[in-house]
Amino acid sequence: MRFATLIKHPADWMTGGHGSHGAVLTSRIRLARNLRHHPFPGWAKREQRATALGVMRPAIEALAVMKDAFSHELDDLSSVQKQVLVERHLISREHAARGHGSAAVIERRQSFSLMINEEDHLRMQAIRPGLQLSAAFEALSALDSELEKSLEFAFDASLGYLTTCPTNLGTGLRASAMLHLPGLVLSDQIGQVLQAVNKIGLAVRGLYGEGTESLGNLYQISNQSTLGESEEMIIRRLERVISQVASHEQNAREKLLEDDPAMVADKVGRAYGVLRHAHIIDSKEALNHLSLLRLGGNLEFFPRETVLLCDALLMDIQPAHLQLHAGSKLSPEERDCSRAEILRSRLHSLESPDIGTSLKGNSEPLDHSNPENT
Amino acid sequence: MKCDFCDTKATVFLTQLVEGEMKKICLCNACAKERGVTDPTGFSLADLLLGGLPGGPGLAIGNPTTVSSGGKKCPSCGFTMDDLKKVRRFGCSECYGTFSDEVGQMLRGMHKGATHIGKVPEGLMANQIRTQRLEELRSRLDQAIAAESYEEAAGIRDEIRTLDEVNH
Repeated sequence: MRFATLIKHPADWMTGGHGSHGAVLTSRIRLARNLRHHPFPGWAKREQRATALGVMRPAIEALAVMKDAFSHELDDLSSVQKQVLVERHLISREHAARGHGSAAVIERRQSFSLMINEEDHLRMQAIRPGLQLSAAFEALSALDSELEKSLEFAFDASLGYLTTCPTNLGTGLRASAMLHLPGLVLSDQIGQVLQAVNKIGLAVRGLYGEGTESLGNLYQISNQSTLGESEEMIIRRLERVISQVASHEQNAREKLLEDDPAMVADKVGRAYGVLRHAHIIDSKEALNHLSLLRLGGNLEFFPRETVLLCDALLMDIQPAHLQLHAGSKLSPEERDCSRAEILRSRLHSLESPDIGTSLKGNSEPLDHSNPENT
Repeated sequence: MKCDFCDTKATVFLTQLVEGEMKKICLCNACAKERGVTDPTGFSLADLLLGGLPGGPGLAIGNPTTVSSGGKKCPSCGFTMDDLKKVRRFGCSECYGTFSDEVGQMLRGMHKGATHIGKVPEGLMANQIRTQRLEELRSRLDQAIAAESYEEAAGIRDEIRTLDEVNH
């Protein structure tokens, strides 16, 4: 499959249904595996990496689920193409930075992506919309079992799957969910909630994983411990915590509408105004306004499908996606113009937020609800 | 008085409050040096008591600078102790055997537990079961031959052959 064909359509998980009132965007499962008798990619010599790739790639391509898959060595992709895959979470930033001997095999609907010669020989991923960690794990584990028939993975009875870094030993499992938490941010509860999540041994990160800042009120929650707990235990605990955070988010939204509907209406209305009329907009500003527009969709200020439109735009306004769309390299200034253009055209038919009717029944009329603001 | 670690005469005596309890430890010159006791900044009696005493749980972990690396090198991939210190990652799956002591230290507090619970490669399980079964059959074969029941022995031999073929 060619790059253009893979990327032409949004991934299944980008357009799927959303449970939990839209607070959980996606669920992701990653498994790390290594071959026995081959040095780990970071330590292997060039030709050893190529040998390992030669062992793994045919086995992966032969999987039934990988029929008509996208399968390319990273060397054969342009830097923009690699960056687009990173923005879609199909490969990691670390993987994109690796050259010779590394490859990506991506299932045609983008539900599974396998990175060959990342930090480990194999980093396998399954992505699903909404909170579906168990389903994603079961699907990926089945793929892993299938691969085991042709590849001999490094495994130790007491340390489990052996990985390059001891932080991934055991199950080699990283389960994570992407959450949209504008309600908790606007009501200043986010710090408290994230601290609590951290305290029970889970990691909280920004949009693009380790070391990235949180943009657009998006947060990733994932497990850190991989040894001493079974896959099911890790996932069950994570799912419980994520459901709790999602319900806190829901409560925060309801309370904001009750206590300060003018503030919410103002934020959503301003975001709508900027996105509909800006001609120069950087990534950060766009993401933050899209987040509020998405919140407006959840609160039914806009038609329901606005949420999905926002999710698609979150991806399409990122730097590499813009450059792919333009068909050429763009300077940061050119990107800001092109981003604004895409936003204006995609939101062209979106009507002004219907704040009056949405708030009716929820609270007093706007001008009486918050006298300080009038 | 003898050293707590070996039978040599103790020359260094330490007393420290550990978790509200007075603890005493006696060391010979050599053991004291090896465990960094002569360097007051890097020494904690708790570490010695919790991890280092003979028969005690865990691994000896004194002052990290005094843990002797022994110049270990992975026979399979050539990864060395220095590489490990630099990158905190390993060179190949065999390294986990080569540096098993260091793995034990690195894993402290890193995960929920120290032993894998969870998925085991099916192929590996099948292999282990097959190996076990083969061992069983071979010992039965020996018994059958010893008892001169050749008919039974022939049957067992055929079973071993079939199992062996699956292996290849």
